[in-house]
Amino acid sequence: MSSHAFDSTGAGPVLSPHTKRQDFTRKVIPASEIGPIEVPLSWTRRIWNSSLARRAVILVVLAVLWEGYGRWLDNPLSFPTLSETLVTLWVDLISGELLARLWVTLRILLMGYGLGIVLAALLTTLAVSTRFATDLLSTLTAMFNPMPAIALLPLALLWFGLGVPSLIFVIVHSVLWAVALNTHAGFTSVSNTLRMAGQTFGLRGLRLVTGILIPAAFPAILSGLKIGWAFAWRTLVAAELVFGVSAGQGGLGWYIFEKRNLLETSGVFAGLITVMIVGLFVEGVIFQTVERLTVRRWGMQGS
Amino acid sequence: MPQSAVENPAGTDVLLQVEGVTLQYRTPERQVTATYRVDFDIEPGERLILLGPSGCGKSTLLKAIAGFIRPVEGEIRLKGAPIAHPGPDRMMVFQEFDQLLPWKTVRHNVTYPMRCNGVPVEEADRRAVQVIESVNLSGFIDSYPHTLSGGMKQRVAIARAMAMRPQILLMDEPFAALDALTRRKMQEELVALWEAVGFTLIFVTHSIEEAVLVGSRVVVLSPHPGQVCAEINVDEFGGPNSSGADFQAVCGKIHDLLFPSAAGEA
Repeated sequence: MSSHAFDSTGAGPVLSPHTKRQDFTRKVIPASEIGPIEVPLSWTRRIWNSSLARRAVILVVLAVLWEGYGRWLDNPLSFPTLSETLVTLWVDLISGELLARLWVTLRILLMGYGLGIVLAALLTTLAVSTRFATDLLSTLTAMFNPMPAIALLPLALLWFGLGVPSLIFVIVHSVLWAVALNTHAGFTSVSNTLRMAGQTFGLRGLRLVTGILIPAAFPAILSGLKIGWAFAWRTLVAAELVFGVSAGQGGLGWYIFEKRNLLETSGVFAGLITVMIVGLFVEGVIFQTVERLTVRRWGMQGS
Repeated sequence: MPQSAVENPAGTDVLLQVEGVTLQYRTPERQVTATYRVDFDIEPGERLILLGPSGCGKSTLLKAIAGFIRPVEGEIRLKGAPIAHPGPDRMMVFQEFDQLLPWKTVRHNVTYPMRCNGVPVEEADRRAVQVIESVNLSGFIDSYPHTLSGGMKQRVAIARAMAMRPQILLMDEPFAALDALTRRKMQEELVALWEAVGFTLIFVTHSIEEAVLVGSRVVVLSPHPGQVCAEINVDEFGGPNSSGADFQAVCGKIHDLLFPSAAGEA
């Protein structure tokens, strides 16, 4: 193409004329003479590249800091060392006390979580079928979602008394709105094409919901379930701290409360560690596995 | 073969009738008339193209045939029965790549509509394997859609629709989002598939070339609101004749129908 093409038109950019440059060919150095093209990374660098290793380092540093501070403070009543805490944790695990408490908490939690999910499913199914129910759902979630479940505990105690029903009531409250809100948002974001495709398969009503909408909205539903779980877990442990014991059986929160009353501070820490471990296990193992088997495999979520 | 062409060997019965169909849709601000009193018939085994500029209501018309929209005037009849709602006898291939179910493999995307309509497992799987082979995707039969390219996704969508053995296959600009080379290849493959299997097709496009390449008959729609301004046979222009002078002539003729003022100036 000539460089003068735009010169005189006035409309296009004016290119400065340039000299025609020589063609050339050149011999390239064979790859074998350049030296190693691919070098494996050193093992230290490879380990450092895994986030698991980096996190392990962080945990070790924290543990050393804890142990060191505890020994320096030398006051087991207010801040026991890590080793004391671990010993208490081990003893109470072996004796079965901690596991029994954990089981009490988890049983109530699963009941409340399950009930909350069922109610959320009913509410969202209603909400996708009529416009009025959509407004009902969004009004209710707007009202109740910001309300901390623990604030309802006094009311629950008034209505249901000291016991499991009160705990379940506050758990349902903490699960229901988060799950319903996310599920509904997921349903409304399902692409119209996918909906119409489902309809051409002859799917309508509930079959369209179960066959197309739920799987298509699964990433949103899953994140709702995760948020709901975290809310429920925190709410329950907190509620147990408030009154905990029912029919002679306290949960994990009650274990922590009891140990404080007995001034066994290492027991308090052991209880807190258990709360943390269970939270990590559900988030890092159970939900991660579900995610890997579903949304990540389907390419519906980044990485 | 269950195709309608075989059911009506004479090839003269009308499979689908569109009679005086006026379509309207509502946006939040206004009510729009998309097509006005459109008539056309489709005989079994035809590849009918709905061609028109953007906004002529061709996609709306296809959605009405699929059963998503009711005409405000006129009637659409499949084998004499008015169309009431979407159904698997009118499988549709959309333009968007996200029409596949991301949580199912290619195989299960194809078998799912059949399973929804009571085709037994073995039969559905046998048909799926066969039809996936006919769109050259056998190597990807157990892949998830997100690992496929755009062209491959559209092939799966076509396979899924064909495996249902619908009365009519509806395609809404299925190749519009593909790159030019892939689009050309898919057009040829579609015609080859039609020659091998023989189905009835309604295909919406705004490309004159695509219309002439893919179709056996073109319904030309005028812009906004869409009205039928011509029907033209283009059966002889597919495949190897697609670059000759006749091909150019028929494209030019359709072009002048679509843009009458430009023809006047020329």
